[in-house]
Amino acid sequence: MIADRLMRVLTLADYNTRVVMFGTVMLGIAGGVIGVFLLLRRRALLADAVSHAALPGVAGAFLLILALGGNPRSLPLLMLGALVSGLFGMGCVLFITRFTRISQDAALGIVLSVFFGFGIALLGIIQRTRGAPAAGLNSFIYGRTASMIRADAMLIGTAALVVVVVSVVLFKEFRLFTFDPDFAAGDGWPVQRLDTLLMALVVAVTVIGLQAVGIILVIAILVVPPAAARFWTDRLDHMVLISAGMGAIGAYLGTGISALAPRLPAGAVIVVAHGAVFVVSMLFGSTRGVLRDLFAHRTLARRTVMQNLLRALFECEEAGRGGSVESQWRYLTTARGWIDRELTRGLRLLLHDGSIYRLPAGAWQLTELGRVRAARVTRNHRLWEVYLLEHAETARAHVDRGADYIEHVLGEELVAELEAALPRFGKVVPASVHVIGPAGGSA
Amino acid sequence: MDATAPVSGPIASEQTPSSDADGNRCALHIRDLTVAYHRKPVLWDVDLDVPPSVVAGIVGPNGAGKSTLIKAVLDLVPHASGTVEIFGKPYRKQRRLVGYVPQRESVDWNYPINALELVAMGLYRTIGWFRRVGPVYRRRALEALADVGMADLARRQISQLSGGQQQRIFLARALVQDADVYFMDEPFSGVDAATEKAIIAILQRLREAGKTVFVVHHDLETVREYFDYLIMLNMRVVSAGPVADVFTPENLRRTYGGRLTLLDRAVDAMGRSR
Repeated sequence: MIADRLMRVLTLADYNTRVVMFGTVMLGIAGGVIGVFLLLRRRALLADAVSHAALPGVAGAFLLILALGGNPRSLPLLMLGALVSGLFGMGCVLFITRFTRISQDAALGIVLSVFFGFGIALLGIIQRTRGAPAAGLNSFIYGRTASMIRADAMLIGTAALVVVVVSVVLFKEFRLFTFDPDFAAGDGWPVQRLDTLLMALVVAVTVIGLQAVGIILVIAILVVPPAAARFWTDRLDHMVLISAGMGAIGAYLGTGISALAPRLPAGAVIVVAHGAVFVVSMLFGSTRGVLRDLFAHRTLARRTVMQNLLRALFECEEAGRGGSVESQWRYLTTARGWIDRELTRGLRLLLHDGSIYRLPAGAWQLTELGRVRAARVTRNHRLWEVYLLEHAETARAHVDRGADYIEHVLGEELVAELEAALPRFGKVVPASVHVIGPAGGSA
Repeated sequence: MDATAPVSGPIASEQTPSSDADGNRCALHIRDLTVAYHRKPVLWDVDLDVPPSVVAGIVGPNGAGKSTLIKAVLDLVPHASGTVEIFGKPYRKQRRLVGYVPQRESVDWNYPINALELVAMGLYRTIGWFRRVGPVYRRRALEALADVGMADLARRQISQLSGGQQQRIFLARALVQDADVYFMDEPFSGVDAATEKAIIAILQRLREAGKTVFVVHHDLETVREYFDYLIMLNMRVVSAGPVADVFTPENLRRTYGGRLTLLDRAVDAMGRSR
């Protein structure tokens, strides 16, 4: 029974499901595409203000149509009302920001709450008006996806098509002005008009999304998929594609789940599905995901400890203090400032790595491989120090810190450049430029 | 007016516009430019006539309106009054002759774009509306990257570049604009020694190619070395002309040694009257 229903939903066997699915998926794509530019333009909350400002338009249109004797449930007319008051709300934000010293976030808060409050008040009036079939209007606040009919879905589909076509055709121009509006304007591009076009598309998506996901949640289809897409790529074209895909997937999942459990409002489920996609992206994203960053950070931290300890052991030998375990330990902890915990960890890593072994008496000794590595690390460190001294006019006391920090990220190319810049050292390990130990501030 | 003489104050504004005594056209000609934010003037009655083929430094204390001067010329901030001409014609008609390097802090360096794509932005107006950035243009952008010593970092996402490297790709983007007059807003701020050298080399090359370059600058010690023309600014033009003539202790004192009290009070009064 359940499996049967699942199949019917997944394969879009029902006409109604098909219509709603088409509408929400197209809305997801449109929001995902235009949302990328909205996000990069840093205007995400402006869309929220627009959607909230649309409510008095919906209620006002309803009252107006009722007064003129028309059908007050006509969706296109209600949407027209939403469009007008949404645009008016956006105009108010831009006006306040431009001509007063009130900051944009405050202006957004003012417009969003005042317009929404006005809309709620109008809804109250409508509900007290006798004979007014006002029940449908509340659905604009939370959305009523299931009530979508074929004409609505076609409207959403058309709008989505327009959004996608414009974004593809003006991809280069959108990229230019969302990245650097000042440069774009100086370069002769009509930044104001491009900005207006972008915001018009955002408003269009917002208004057609009102019925499906509602005033409060429509911001999610514009903001969540693009933000999630950013974790997977550093390329704008890919970001647009991924965001569109995520918008579609979230809509498909949300609509599907709510079709299986009809008491779940589809708009809310779609937004939750977007949220789930976002969390997964944030954690596992291949470019900027949290886990990837953590892993990269851990790898670098581990390499830093290992390289520092290799160099310390190498210089311990150089100083002739590697003989007994006592003198070695004293050298590392006192002269080099290693704390026990860090030292134990580093030794374990190096042992595991095959760079050191332990003499029966207890002292640590570099293996042949370890000695090669240690010599290379020490050499890079000292080359870098010499370079900093000679070419960057750094005060001597600061050299070691700079060298410590940067040497672990030196690539082969950079080392080659260092060698070229300091040819007199050839392939030998140069002598240290400062006194090693507490006096030299080395660790 | 003689281009070698210091221009200061409104005295010069009665002269015929946009060319010097020999009839040579000025690269930049400004008359009576006043810019105000929320009615508080930031630039006051600026008059400038800068000859072509110079590298001109713009110096002055914080809040002197250096960036604003550039933005006003480029029409990025509204003028309360005044005219700006590039080679004798209004700026709007001469946009294609102008290149711009904004302040590095003015953009979001986390934007999903790599160095090559950023530099290619300088070619957009050549490419024109709707069309993609083709291989020919990508090659030109790559050449510009090589010019600033960054060819091997073309595919690097811009947030992974150092401050100096970011500044260099901004410069490369301006280079591909292939302009005659450049405006650079603090290109030397927070850059490493290598970048500083690279920028100087480019300024040198632009001058040799007959370009005119305006550079907002902070470091007074390097003024004589970098520039051959200097605009000393503190809400108005204190002095402007060849460095040798105008870079004097007297002018420095007038530029940096506190604002003129009368002007200051007038500005405050205007700010209050709104």
